[in-house]
Amino acid sequence: MEKINQENLNAQSTSSKTLEEVRSMIKAHKRNDLIFASVGFVVITLILLTLLTLFIDLVIDGYPKITYDFFTSFPSRRAANAGIFSAWVGSSLVLLITFLSAVPLGVASGIYLEEYAPKNWFSDLIEVNVSNLAGVPSIIYGLLALGLFVYGLKLGHTIVTAGLTLGLLMLPIVIVSTREAIRSIPIAIREAAYAVGATKWQVVLHHVVQYSFGGILTGVIIGMARAIGETAPVITIGALTFIAFLPPPPISLSYPFISFEWLQSSFTVLPIQMFNWLSRPDHAFHINAAATGAVIIVLTLIMNGTAIWLRYKIRKNIKW
Amino acid sequence: MAQNNLGIKAEAKDLNFYYANGTQALKNVSLPVHENKITALIGPSGCGKSTFLRCFNRMHDLYPGNRYEGQILLYPDNTNVLSKGVDPIEVRMRISMVFQKPNPFPKSIYENVAYGLRVRGEKSKVKIDEKVEEALKGASLWNEVKTRLNDLAFNLSGGQQQRLCIARALATDPEIMLFDEPTSALDPIATVNIEELMSTLKNKLSILVVTHNMQQAARISDYTAYMYLGEMIEFDATDKIFTNPSKKETEDYITGKFG
Ligand SMILES: Nc1ncnc2c1ncn2[C@@H]1O[C@H](COP(=O)(O)OP(=O)(O)O)[C@@H](O)[C@H]1O
Ligand SMILES: [Mg+2]
Repeated sequence: MEKINQENLNAQSTSSKTLEEVRSMIKAHKRNDLIFASVGFVVITLILLTLLTLFIDLVIDGYPKITYDFFTSFPSRRAANAGIFSAWVGSSLVLLITFLSAVPLGVASGIYLEEYAPKNWFSDLIEVNVSNLAGVPSIIYGLLALGLFVYGLKLGHTIVTAGLTLGLLMLPIVIVSTREAIRSIPIAIREAAYAVGATKWQVVLHHVVQYSFGGILTGVIIGMARAIGETAPVITIGALTFIAFLPPPPISLSYPFISFEWLQSSFTVLPIQMFNWLSRPDHAFHINAAATGAVIIVLTLIMNGTAIWLRYKIRKNIKW
Repeated sequence: MAQNNLGIKAEAKDLNFYYANGTQALKNVSLPVHENKITALIGPSGCGKSTFLRCFNRMHDLYPGNRYEGQILLYPDNTNVLSKGVDPIEVRMRISMVFQKPNPFPKSIYENVAYGLRVRGEKSKVKIDEKVEEALKGASLWNEVKTRLNDLAFNLSGGQQQRLCIARALATDPEIMLFDEPTSALDPIATVNIEELMSTLKNKLSILVVTHNMQQAARISDYTAYMYLGEMIEFDATDKIFTNPSKKETEDYITGKFG
């Protein structure tokens, strides 16, 4: 950067350069562009190829298992009969709790920190900590949750514990993406709203939340995609590896129709099911593991793809 | 409207303004804003024109640490706009503002104009429709947009966007309208449109406009104030300022010897 500036300056100060010299200089600069672009291309291709190979490997190994039955069967001692029914139901319910706990709290915190909190050393401290939390290894969250939810609040090794744990993990991601989305709203737009007599609350409700919606949603989906593959914290809080039943249904036909018993149910999730099968000596189970891995990756890809698509859709109407 | 001050709508008295970092951007500034007239603020970049304008609708309150001293009185009720006891929201409901760069909300044309009414709790669809149409007509934009009120405001041209912002500021029947270099981001034709519009608007309200363009001040304003380094150097009828200013500094500035 510095060097380029230097050269620019030289070019300006020696405007007596001949046309030939100017041309060769431009050529040299363009060569640098080309070199950088080529190196970048090679590196990114290598990375993508590695990922692709892993994914294709999983798909090839697991392909024969990925059938309708695989999704509707419980795990079994016989590899051929085993499926991921309890695992994907478990994952879905856990993610539901994660979503319900992390999103309202995270979005509200983001809005508060950005719009209402006074800017001083304390808010700086919170800012640094929240950003750091997003990078803390997930097993630490598992340990925290073990102490807080399992032993402290006596929630047990249950779906609600797992959901809240992953919620904790997702919280900083939601907060950070909320704040970034809010910060990208131009000051001129806020001032326009204040100038017609809007209160702070109206500005937040009618403008800030609406214009940052795309960014927040993207953060939420990316956070969920991360949560779906998390294994370490869920193991730490005591997810079971072999679950041959479903949690009690939330809705029933008899009184009182709605039940929250499922929250207290023990559970397993997709990555743990995969981990369990992988640790069996019998090779037949490894195929199940590969199939589960492929399912997780596809789910993650779908979620990330949705995030990108939504961001594109929503940003299309907002130009700044 | 009853007048007690010979057609003066508002008046800044000995106004000092300090930014949060301690910069004193305005020094003992006084200025009358005449009713149904256009008052132009001119002066070199950085002399405090925007700072002064933004005192009138308490825009500086949005950022902590800014401090006003002195008064801006709003007539006929003698309300001191800068008084701590006066809510800035109330002030902004009476004094509206148009910014340098068109800044419509990423909403429909209709919603942009209706926003000020919604903020005031207006629920009646009929009434809002009526006001939106009136404001768009007042901003000479109605004919261009009446068939596509639900289009996004961003799809309008720059000049149309600025007129939309004027309609937004107009919809709530303000007593004073502040303009901060409203044409500096626009092409010459759009500029002429806005200038003509302002001359029409002054029949309804009083206008205070910052402009970096002296010809513009000469063309559209009734009164002109020359500011320099945070001070009000001279204020007078526009004709007088441009033909026979009393201060040497003003003359130097308008004749282009300086600035
Ligand atoms: N937010 C701010 N904080 C501190 N100083 C500021 C701020 N905004 C403007 N100033 C200073 O106040 C003076 C007046 O600025 P401004 O009112 O924007 O001038 P003008 O509109 O006449 O070009 C300038 O010296 C500028 O640097
Ligand atoms: Mg300015």
